[in-house]
Amino acid sequence: MAKITFQVDRCKGCGLCVGACPKKLIRIARDRINQKGHHPAEITNPEACVGCAFCATMCPDCVITVER
Amino acid sequence: MADKVLMKGNEAIAEAAIMAGCRHYFGYPITPQTEVAAYMAKRMPKIGGVFLQAESEIAAINMVYGVSSTGHRVMTSSSSPGISLKSEGLSYLAGADLPALVVNVQRGGPGLGGIQPSQSDYFQATKGGGHGDFRMIVLAPASVQEMADLTVKGFDLADEYRMTAMILADGTMGQMMEPVEIPKIEKKEFDKSWAVTGTGMGRKHNIVNSLSLAPAELERQNFERFQRYGRIQEKEAMWEEYRMEDAEYCLVAFGIAARVTKAAIDEARKKGIRAGMIRPITLWPFPEKALAAAAEKCVSFATVELNMGQMIDDVRLAISCKRPVKLIHRAGGIIPSPEEVLRGIENMEGGAEK
Amino acid sequence: MMVFERPHALLDVPLHYCPGCTHGIVHRLVAEVIDELGIEGRTIGVAPVGCAVMAYDYFACDMVEAAHGRAPAVATGLKRADPEHNVVFTYQGDGDLASIGTAETVHAAARNENITIIFINNAIYGMTGGQMAPTSLPGQVTQTSPYGRDVKACGYPVKICEMLSTLDGPEYLERVAVNNVKNVKAAKKAIKKAFENQLAGKGFSLVEVLSACPTNWGMTPEKALEWVQDKMIPYYPLGVYKDRSAKEEAK
Repeated sequence: MAKITFQVDRCKGCGLCVGACPKKLIRIARDRINQKGHHPAEITNPEACVGCAFCATMCPDCVITVER
Repeated sequence: MADKVLMKGNEAIAEAAIMAGCRHYFGYPITPQTEVAAYMAKRMPKIGGVFLQAESEIAAINMVYGVSSTGHRVMTSSSSPGISLKSEGLSYLAGADLPALVVNVQRGGPGLGGIQPSQSDYFQATKGGGHGDFRMIVLAPASVQEMADLTVKGFDLADEYRMTAMILADGTMGQMMEPVEIPKIEKKEFDKSWAVTGTGMGRKHNIVNSLSLAPAELERQNFERFQRYGRIQEKEAMWEEYRMEDAEYCLVAFGIAARVTKAAIDEARKKGIRAGMIRPITLWPFPEKALAAAAEKCVSFATVELNMGQMIDDVRLAISCKRPVKLIHRAGGIIPSPEEVLRGIENMEGGAEK
Repeated sequence: MMVFERPHALLDVPLHYCPGCTHGIVHRLVAEVIDELGIEGRTIGVAPVGCAVMAYDYFACDMVEAAHGRAPAVATGLKRADPEHNVVFTYQGDGDLASIGTAETVHAAARNENITIIFINNAIYGMTGGQMAPTSLPGQVTQTSPYGRDVKACGYPVKICEMLSTLDGPEYLERVAVNNVKNVKAAKKAIKKAFENQLAGKGFSLVEVLSACPTNWGMTPEKALEWVQDKMIPYYPLGVYKDRSAKEEAK
């Protein structure tokens, strides 16, 4: 069971994590904005996450924490 | 009395720097200061120090910036065209409030100019020496002994006020040999808690930096720096007075020009002309109080300079233009003879010939 | 179990970089390496002029901000001040390292100065708003090459790793990229080696990182990573350009 956490207000919505996720679980939340005014990244199906940390590896802003 | 040794001015600077605890020297060859580098190249490896011939003056001054950031004493030396290249680094040192000793053994300019002695970098040294609002402490030796003494003094002032101290010498001072007593050093402690020495995981990181994007913060830093400069102007001006007790005619000269002027004053006195001299030892801070006091009793002033007239502006300011100020000078690497200076004294306003 | 979190050597503050700018990835890799080697307390970083100018606010180790292009000279001073203790790295962009600071770069390499250089090549000047860099590709449109970089008028890109590899001085030169997970992992390995070399006293180690600048390239972050893959890597091939110790060991 893996758990990924987004530090939402640090996210700039660049989407590099979206492309990195091998299971296509991450999307940019078009329906909300964070403190900085960006649409932040979010995980759609947390149960399916395997904790590979590819998303965090590509995140330029150290937004993502991964536990397993 | 300690032993005196016969040394070239450039070598005296180098040895005094070592005595003052400087173990890092970075330079680039240029006449007429290369002996400083050559001396350091010989001595530093023997005492566990670093001599490095940099790829350029620009690199040398930035290596100085690096060592200074760690809190160690460090120096570079050059001559006029090389100092122009270093002016970027001098500005950054000022902006980051880093101490350093920089030696300029001046030659004639502008451009590549010549290699003979000159004082034509007075403006560059005393009015900033790079972009932005800043000052350097400028020390002007007039003997080989002073080349040594002011080097030690320069390191202390630089550390105390966290800024660059410049030795503004000339080709004659650099090349001439005189007996010199290498000064004994009293160890002084300076606060260097700002230095980057590694956090040791025991403190917040130190940052050495001259960037400040918020105008209010940058303004605050400038005001703080100029308060410090104000203290220096108050406390650190140095000068020598020669036969000024009863002088009617006040000559102002520094470095090699002051030595020629002394001889000319002695000749003038033989002719009954009461001439005297104020010799600034610090060009910045300029000895304004001494000049202002002289303006109360002397009828006329003249500067003797190896340039087209640079210090003369500071003399006029210091005496608030209360008395006439004449320029006695040669340029291009030529030193006036005592006879030339004597003729100049005779021709001072209100003087013997008028 | 925590498998991924912010490294200690990267301070917990927001980075000012544009969305999708890969400076952030490289900052993190450097910080991870500093953590793993346990050297934060004796590391001094040198920030450049350019987009990474404020890197001094991001790394937890002591930091110095250098004049444009002068970081290798400043690093030389920092290292020589206390060579046994100080671990010194510079973090520089292409304008800084390969244009205005070319002399400092070449001579630090020639001296085999025992420092680590992280060189971000994103083929453009970012901070000033997208001008032609020494590494801009032939034909690349920038603010100062609006019709595309014309090699007849303004010359060819500077290939730093290839150029420095002709010198006897440097210990280690490698070019990596941070456009996908695999390359990011390889980049970290190279950065770690570049620091380990310094700790072992081996000398000048430079890692050139092909990096993305979506804002000034006028692309989405995703497209920018593709541009690194499709345009930059063919012109700037990845790989080890020099590894003196490995070569000597092989003999």
